[in-house]
Amino acid sequence: MSEFLQHLINMLVLGGTYALLGIGLTLIFGIMNVVNFTHGVLYTFGAYVMFIVVHQLGVNFFVALPLAVVAGWLLGAAIELTLLRPLRGSDIDTTMLVMIGAWIAMQSGTLWIWGGVAKSVSTPFPEAPLVLGPVSVSWLRLFVLAAAALLIVVTYFLINRSKLGCAMRATFQDQDTASLMGVNVDLIYTSTFAIGSSLAAAAGALLGPVYVIFPQMGDLAAVKAFAIVILGGLGNITGAVIGGFILALAEELGAGYVSSGYRDAMGFLIIIAVLIFKPTGLFARSERVG
Amino acid sequence: MKLAVTILTIAALASFPLWLRDPYLMNALITTGIFIIGAMSLNLLLGFTGQLSLGHIAFFGIGAYVSALTSLGFDVGLPGGFRIVHEPWPPAVGFVLAIIVAGLCGYLVGLLSFRVRGAYFVIVTISFAEVVRLVALNWVELTQGPLALTNIPSITIGLPALGSLTLRTKLQNYYLVLAVAVATYVLISRLVHSHFGRAMRGLMENETLAVSVGIDVTKTLTLAAVISAGIAGAAGSLYAHYIRIIDPEVFAFINTVTMVIMVITGGKGSLAGPVVGGLIFGLLPVFLRPIMAPEAQWIAYGGVLIVILFVLPRGIVPSLAQRWAKWRSRPRAAGAVSFSERDVKENA
Amino acid sequence: MGFAATALKVEQVAVRFGGLVALSDMNFTVGEGEIVSLIGPNGAGKTTAFNVMTGFLDPTHGCVSYRGTALNGLKPHQIADLGLIRTFQRTSVFPNDTVYDNLLVGLHRRGRVGLFEAILGLPRARSSERRLRERASELVEWVGLGRRAHDLAGSLSYGEQRLVGVALALAAEPSMLLLDEPVSGMNASETHTFVELIRNIRDRGVTILLVEHDMPMVMSVSDRIVVLNYGRIIAEGPPDVIRNDPVVIEAYLGQGAARA
Repeated sequence: MSEFLQHLINMLVLGGTYALLGIGLTLIFGIMNVVNFTHGVLYTFGAYVMFIVVHQLGVNFFVALPLAVVAGWLLGAAIELTLLRPLRGSDIDTTMLVMIGAWIAMQSGTLWIWGGVAKSVSTPFPEAPLVLGPVSVSWLRLFVLAAAALLIVVTYFLINRSKLGCAMRATFQDQDTASLMGVNVDLIYTSTFAIGSSLAAAAGALLGPVYVIFPQMGDLAAVKAFAIVILGGLGNITGAVIGGFILALAEELGAGYVSSGYRDAMGFLIIIAVLIFKPTGLFARSERVG
Repeated sequence: MKLAVTILTIAALASFPLWLRDPYLMNALITTGIFIIGAMSLNLLLGFTGQLSLGHIAFFGIGAYVSALTSLGFDVGLPGGFRIVHEPWPPAVGFVLAIIVAGLCGYLVGLLSFRVRGAYFVIVTISFAEVVRLVALNWVELTQGPLALTNIPSITIGLPALGSLTLRTKLQNYYLVLAVAVATYVLISRLVHSHFGRAMRGLMENETLAVSVGIDVTKTLTLAAVISAGIAGAAGSLYAHYIRIIDPEVFAFINTVTMVIMVITGGKGSLAGPVVGGLIFGLLPVFLRPIMAPEAQWIAYGGVLIVILFVLPRGIVPSLAQRWAKWRSRPRAAGAVSFSERDVKENA
Repeated sequence: MGFAATALKVEQVAVRFGGLVALSDMNFTVGEGEIVSLIGPNGAGKTTAFNVMTGFLDPTHGCVSYRGTALNGLKPHQIADLGLIRTFQRTSVFPNDTVYDNLLVGLHRRGRVGLFEAILGLPRARSSERRLRERASELVEWVGLGRRAHDLAGSLSYGEQRLVGVALALAAEPSMLLLDEPVSGMNASETHTFVELIRNIRDRGVTILLVEHDMPMVMSVSDRIVVLNYGRIIAEGPPDVIRNDPVVIEAYLGQGAARA
C-alpha cells in the first residue's frame, strides 16, 4: 500500500509537467493544425537555459526559471515567424516535415555546442526528502509540482478569460469566421506557438534539474506530449491536463509493477490503444476531428 | 527514352566498383544502397498512397533482427514455462523470413491504423517503432538488448552450377544490394502502373470519389503497407548480414528521418526520386566528413530538408521532369506525370 | 414503365443529425430502366438521400435495397460492386491526373487481376490493361472529351469536369447511375448535349436517379419525379402531374412569393 502511495506522489509530480507539455502541444495542434516536432527541442532548450543561467551566469535558480519561460516564448515566436508563417496554407505533411528539419537542426546544434555528456543543474533545495509517514518526496519535486500547477492555472485563465484567449478559441473554432470578425489570425498563430513553446520550455526547466539534461532528452518528452494530446483530444486543454496525469500514472504503475525498462513504452502503448479504440480522444466532444 | 535512362543508370551503378577502389567509399555505397531500398519502400506509402509512415524503420529493424536471429539461432523462455529453441538456418532463409515477418507487421499496423489518417497515422507509426525498439532493448534473452547481436553470418547464395558463394567482400555485397535495389525498383514500378497503383493514386487524390467507383480503401492501403514493409524488411536483412552486428539503435527515429529526407528531396511519388535523394544524402557524409563534424552535418541535413520543402516542395526529380516536359512540348499541359504516357514510352 | 422490375427500393428511411431531421420516413422505388428525378428546394435532403443510398451515410432508421440486396452496413465500395454508382456535386474528378487516367482509375472494377499477375506482367494482366485502355479511349470519346483526353482533369472547365465525373461513373459499369446535380455549372448547349447523353445511357439499360435543380432539364428527361421538402416526400408522379401540383409549386415558391 505504501508503495502504491509513493507511486501516486510520483505520479502527481510527473503529471504536472506532462500536463504543461501536453497543453502546449494541444494548443498548437488544435489551433494551427501543425504537428509540432520541435516541441521536444523546446523542452530541451528550457532545461539548457536553466543550466546556462544558473551555472555559467551564476544567476539565482528562482530567477532562472522565468527566464527559461521567456526564452522559450522568444524561440517559439522566432520559429513560427521564420518557418511556419511562410508556409501558411500548405498541407499538414509539409509543415510537419519542416518541423522535423528544424528539430534535427536544433538538436544537433545543442549537441554540437554543449556535447553529448549529461549535465545536472544544482538547486537550492535540501537533499533530504520530506517524509510523510510511509512516503517521501524531495523538496525539489514538490516545488516542481507547485510551479507546474501555477503555470497550468495561469494558462487556463489566459485561454478562458483574456481577450487573447478569446481570439484563440475563436480561431480554433473557425479560422475564416474569426478572421472576418476582426481577429488578427497571424498574431494569434504566433502567440499560440510562442505560448505553447514557452510551456514546453517551462516543463524542461522544471524537470531538467530533477533528472539530468542532455541534447536528446526532448525526444521522449515530445512523444509523451503527443500521447497526452491524443489521450485528451485535439485542442482540449482540460483533456491535456487529465491526459498528463493519466500518462504519469500509467508510467509509474508500469515501471513499478511490470518492468522499469518498459516505463517509456507506456506513452506509445496509450497512443496506439487510444487511436485504435477511441480515435477522437477520451474526452472529445461529439464533433469529428482529423 | 525512359528505358534508356534506366539502363544507363543501372550500368553506371554497376560499373562503380570497377573504378572506385576506396573501401570507405564502397562501404558508403553499400549502406546507401540499402537505405535507398528502404526509401523506395517508404515512397510507396508516402508518395503513392499519401500516408506518411514515420515508423518505417521498425520494419527495417524487424527484418534485420528476424534475419539475424534466424541465422544465429536462439533459445528463449516464454511465459508459462515454454521454451523456443531455434537452430541456426542459412541467412538466405533469414532474408525470406525477414520479408514475410516485416510484411505481416505491415499488415497489422496497416489494418489498425488506416482507420486514422493524417497526423494520427504518423503518430501511430512512430509509436509502433518506439515500442518495437523498447522490446528489442528489454527482451535481452532474445536480442541481447544493448549488447547487440554479433557475428551475424554473411549471406550465402546457392548458385545452380557453381555451388554456393558466401558474400564476404564489399564488392560482392555491393552487387547483391544493387540487384535487390533493381528488383525493388521494378517491383514498385510494376505495382504503381498496375490497377493496384491506380487505386492507390485515386485514393490519395480523392478518396470519396475513389470508393464510389468501387475501390476498397482498407484493402488497397493495407496491400501497400504490406509490400512496403516487406521491402523494408528485405533491406533490413541485407543490412544485418552486411554490417554483421545489430543493436536496438537500428530502430532510432533518426533512421526513419534519413529515409524521409531521401524521399522528399528526390521527390515523393516519383519512382526515381528516392534513388536520387538517396544517392545525395547517402554519399554526402563521405564528402562532408573531412570538413564537418557529424553534428554539423546533421544541422546541415535539417537545414537542407527545410530549404528543399521551401524551394522545391515536390522534390528534385518531379521538378526536373516538369522542366523537361515544358522544354519538349510547350502546347501540352506540363507536369502531368501520366501512367499512360509513361507506359507508352516504356513499351516503345 | 409500370411493370418493370424494381431496381432500387427506399423504405422508411430517416436520417437525424443530433436534433436536426435531414430525412424522415422516405419511401420510394425506382424501376429497372427508369429515369427518376429527385427534386426539392435547397436543404430538402436530396444529397443526404444520395449519401444513404450509396453507403456514405448510415440511416438512423429504415433501409435501402438494390435488386433485392439490403444495403445497410455495406461500405461504399461494396455498394459500387453491386453496380450502383454515383457522381458528386463538388469533387467529381481526380484533379492531378489526365482525363484519360481518371477513366483508368474509374475502370477499377473491370480491371481486377491478381497481384502477382500484375507485378510479373503476365499475359492475362497485359491483355486486361490493353482492354482497359481501349475502353478508356471509348469513354472519353463518348462523353465528347476526346480533345481533352491528355489534359489534367483539374485544368478543365467546370462543365467539362462534370462530364469527366459522369464518364468516371460510367467507367465503373453501373447498372444504376445516381447523378448529383450533373448539369449545374453547364451552359445551355452543354446541358442539351448532356440530356442526350443521359437518354443514351438509359438506352443501354442503365437505370438513372437524378438530383437536379434545372427544372426544364428535369421535366424533359424524367419518367417520374419525386419531390422532397424538409426531409419529406411531398409529391411523386410523372412530370406533367408534378408541374401542376399546387403543393410542389408552394414548396418551391414559398407562401410569401405565392401571395406576391
